[in-house]
Amino acid sequence: MEKLRQTPSQTVGPFFAYSLTAEQYGYDYNSLINGLLINHDTEGERIYITGRIYDGKGQTIPDALIELWQADANGQYRSLPIHQKNDGFTGLGRLGTGTDVQDRFLFTTIKPGSIGDGQAPHINIILFMRGSLHRLYTRLYFSDESATNSQDELFNTIPEERRNTLIAQRKQNAGRIEYHFDIYMQGEKETVFLMYITNDVIS
Amino acid sequence: MENSQLIEVEPINFNVQPPHLYSEYKSTILRSPTKPLIPVKEQLKDLSLPAFGDSAIGKWDHDLTKNARKNGEPIGERIKVSGKVMDEYGRPLRNVLVEIWQANAAGRYIHKAEIHDAPLDPNFLGAGRMLTDREGRYSFYTIKPGAYPWGNHFNAWRPNHIHFSVIGHQIGHRLVTQMYFPGDPLFEFDPIFQSVPKHARELLIAKFRMDWTEPEFALAYEFNIVLNGKCQTPFE
Repeated sequence: MEKLRQTPSQTVGPFFAYSLTAEQYGYDYNSLINGLLINHDTEGERIYITGRIYDGKGQTIPDALIELWQADANGQYRSLPIHQKNDGFTGLGRLGTGTDVQDRFLFTTIKPGSIGDGQAPHINIILFMRGSLHRLYTRLYFSDESATNSQDELFNTIPEERRNTLIAQRKQNAGRIEYHFDIYMQGEKETVFLMYITNDVIS
Repeated sequence: MENSQLIEVEPINFNVQPPHLYSEYKSTILRSPTKPLIPVKEQLKDLSLPAFGDSAIGKWDHDLTKNARKNGEPIGERIKVSGKVMDEYGRPLRNVLVEIWQANAAGRYIHKAEIHDAPLDPNFLGAGRMLTDREGRYSFYTIKPGAYPWGNHFNAWRPNHIHFSVIGHQIGHRLVTQMYFPGDPLFEFDPIFQSVPKHARELLIAKFRMDWTEPEFALAYEFNIVLNGKCQTPFE
């Protein structure tokens, strides 16, 4: 079978908010995906994930789009339609960084379980922004999982001095559990970005 | 899949894709990674993204000429933009979420941070979305967007374009891109368009389809989208 050429990627640009994150930014258009990945019925430890995204000069980025994609508390990824579940778990979150005075994102979710295969609990992150011509993938690991992190296959392929860029720091704040995860596009603390190699089946 | 063979594909194929750093597009200078990306290998089953149901999509979400009307019709040239979402082997990807956003006919985005001195249209938001059908097809009605000035360099203008966000069935199937219109004189001056290798730029330009126009109603364009990798088990 002749292979088609992929559609080239282009930047998300600065003006995605009224379509992709309309409710968060106060536009009159509902959002399918937002910063809340759970409801009261969702099983698991309720956590908040917050952080900022920094450019190569150390300035916070106020026009990025960040998506989270994670397993549930039992380590299961969901493939059922988001709006047809009873327990409120969506598995997918999305926020812009433009509505907080300090350019923070703040997701409400549960801590994912380990999905097995020697993988530590983690959250996949997909990042877009003006000035980025591609989606960028990274992965969030948890600071209170150092034993399982050290067994994680991917974590161990990352140069040791860069591994801490993927660890969200657990903190108690006013009785709630927050994980802090800052993303650095460049510089000494440049976040590790990932590319997915898929086993492509030709039939 | 008895005679299947496994091969590895690079998810970012730089033969058709832009680089991360393209210094003519100035914002890439401080916002693109400088260190090599780390490859991840995983079972495809673990890469499935959650799917969306029809109930998530509003009745007029696919019709930008209707979904934000306040006191009349939006101003501008009414068009239909349709196409197919496929994997690299031309197999249709159904139930893919396609979200779009664009400027209005005057080249003005409704975004609050936008300062371009062109009129807003009270009857046009510029946002739409839909799920692809069983044949991987989507079709939007909208208004042809105007050109838009930006601050990249002196007298910089973006060609007419519609932004697309596509969420397929696996994590590698996540694409954000822009669709352009045939014959735009601004192509050669636009660093975002030019960031794509020359031979692949045509992949971002919609085809005018006279045979898809609706007489006395709307002109029509075709824009097909090819996501990387293979089609996973179709969503039922």
